[in-house]
Amino acid sequence: MTEAAPERTARVVLVDDHRMFRTGVRAEIGRTEVTGIDVVGEADDVDSAVRVVAETRPDVVLLDVHLPGGGGVEVLRRSVGVMGEQGGVKFLALSVSDAAEDVIGVIRGGARGYVTKTITGTDLVDAIFRIADGDAVFSPRLAGFVLDAFAATDTPPVDEDLDRLTQREREVLRLIARGYAYKEIAKQLFISVKTVESHVSAVLRKLQLSNRHELTRWATARRLV
Amino acid sequence: MLGGVAHGLAVHLGLPVRWVRLAFVLLFFAQGIGALLYAAFWFVVPIGIGEPSQRGGTHWVNVNGVYVPTSPWLRPGTPLTKPRGGWIGRLRVLLQHALQGEPVMAAPAVGDDAEAGKRPAAKTGQGGIGQLAALVMVVIGLIALLNVLGWQTAKPYTWPLLAIGVGVALVWRQADDSRWQRWFGIEEGERRRGAYTRVGAGVLLAVAGTIALLAMQGSGSTLGSVIEASIAVLAGVLVLLGPYGLRLWQDLGAERTARIRAQERAEIAAHIHDSVLHTLTLIQRRAEDPKEVLRLARSQERELRLWLYRPEAAAESAPDTMAETLRAAVAEVEDRHGVPVELVIVGDCPMDEGIAAQMQAAREATVNAAKYGGGGPVQVYAEVEGRTVSVFVRDHGPGFDPDTVPEDRMGVRESIIGRMKRHGGTARVRPAAGGGTEVELEMERTND
Repeated sequence: MTEAAPERTARVVLVDDHRMFRTGVRAEIGRTEVTGIDVVGEADDVDSAVRVVAETRPDVVLLDVHLPGGGGVEVLRRSVGVMGEQGGVKFLALSVSDAAEDVIGVIRGGARGYVTKTITGTDLVDAIFRIADGDAVFSPRLAGFVLDAFAATDTPPVDEDLDRLTQREREVLRLIARGYAYKEIAKQLFISVKTVESHVSAVLRKLQLSNRHELTRWATARRLV
Repeated sequence: MLGGVAHGLAVHLGLPVRWVRLAFVLLFFAQGIGALLYAAFWFVVPIGIGEPSQRGGTHWVNVNGVYVPTSPWLRPGTPLTKPRGGWIGRLRVLLQHALQGEPVMAAPAVGDDAEAGKRPAAKTGQGGIGQLAALVMVVIGLIALLNVLGWQTAKPYTWPLLAIGVGVALVWRQADDSRWQRWFGIEEGERRRGAYTRVGAGVLLAVAGTIALLAMQGSGSTLGSVIEASIAVLAGVLVLLGPYGLRLWQDLGAERTARIRAQERAEIAAHIHDSVLHTLTLIQRRAEDPKEVLRLARSQERELRLWLYRPEAAAESAPDTMAETLRAAVAEVEDRHGVPVELVIVGDCPMDEGIAAQMQAAREATVNAAKYGGGGPVQVYAEVEGRTVSVFVRDHGPGFDPDTVPEDRMGVRESIIGRMKRHGGTARVRPAAGGGTEVELEMERTND
């Protein structure tokens, strides 16, 4: 999506406790004239993150999951005020960890996506714009995790409309897990990228709303919590 | 007879056992010197005589695992041992066990126990009749001695001395090297109780002997006061030495704990030394090759994590589920080729023959992707859905058309497609939608 980027820009805040990492990310995505991303602030712990986000009101916050002072979840909890459906600040979790607890925690906290730090610069820029547009972004690992979690709870179809993934959502997630980008998924399934994005958003909504107990139990059973 | 002393001595001196025994019995009549000598030898002479052998001109015999020189009277290979038989043999063995603290039903298993099991047999000597005669002789001698001593007031100390001697012998016998270890070591309670009983009996004998000795100094009427005085002295000694004893005991415990900790530390240090330090050295040497450094660091991290956080059994035994197997295979490929592999596993199932083949095929596909996938991350996705296990291996390389591969190249054809077919699965190799290659492996599982 970089080719479309220069016409539009997104204001981004980097939250990470490692300065080297922030510098790296800034170097990778921060050249506004090429990527369209304008890094407007940085923070290295929970307090400064909450403050910087409140002051700068960026489009997207790249949020590290592990932070001194309570972690990404705490930042999300204290930033509820600035989040919003339209025009609010959106959070994209960016972490080395792909443990179930971290993933579930930040998604529940209101993050719109989750990518691991192995992501390439191009993909990250792409993800930031998706998030800014209100879509959800999953890393392959997270897609696998969601599939696994829902597979474990699929058997008793209690409130199925709310809980179960549709066949299509499943397919989309599976392709993400197999390492396909959204564009590639659209091509493979003969649907538009927009449809892929809406499927992913639907998954995110289900993940946030339902099956809390089941998911916790699932994670505990696998000693992920 | 009792402790195998005569036998041991006989072997050592190179004399027939009978002679030695006879000498003891004769000495016994000389104011019981034989008995004292026997007792002295009992805890001085090592017991447990093995087969004699000849080494370099000298004759040797195995005594408790140590070869001692012996006379050439005993020919190498002369059987010193005979199967024990008859009730007298059993009685003696029992007696010996009771006195020396060996379990009566010693199973000839390993180490000390095996030794203990052999020992009675080694001392059986010439067999039933001769032994019986010797035992009878000893009993007669004892009775004679008793008679002599009973009327001989000139030697009133003999009995108390004998009691003290036997008591001391018991305690010392108990406290010889190997038993110390056992005593303080972690042992099942039974043997320990036996040890305590024997030591207690020994101490009691010695104390009784001492009191008797003291009582004989005066007349019988002062016995009560002597005992009182002894007890008072003992109590005084206990009160005086008690705290020191307790302190010593605690120090011993503390020292032991410290030793165990030190051992643990040493083990960790050894592991760190064997793995981490070596890797760090390698990394320093190859600092200019970032890929290799990455690979080394990665494998080391994985190994250390495994060692630190996994239960021992899991770390040592081979993985027995699909997920574990695949994880291990992917980790190995990642290490060997220095290409990151993103592994996503959904669900898990136990291994069976077909799954094993599938995992091998998946490993091969991952290796291919790592080698020819352009160095970018390789994605491996495995899913168990119902009875079907699917694995997808994807790279972002230049792509790959199986039809263009020459006939003689067996990598993909045999180790992936052929292998899957042979086990009733399917394998597809195709260009992925967004570039690169994707290998799809599907297998029905046969396990539960």
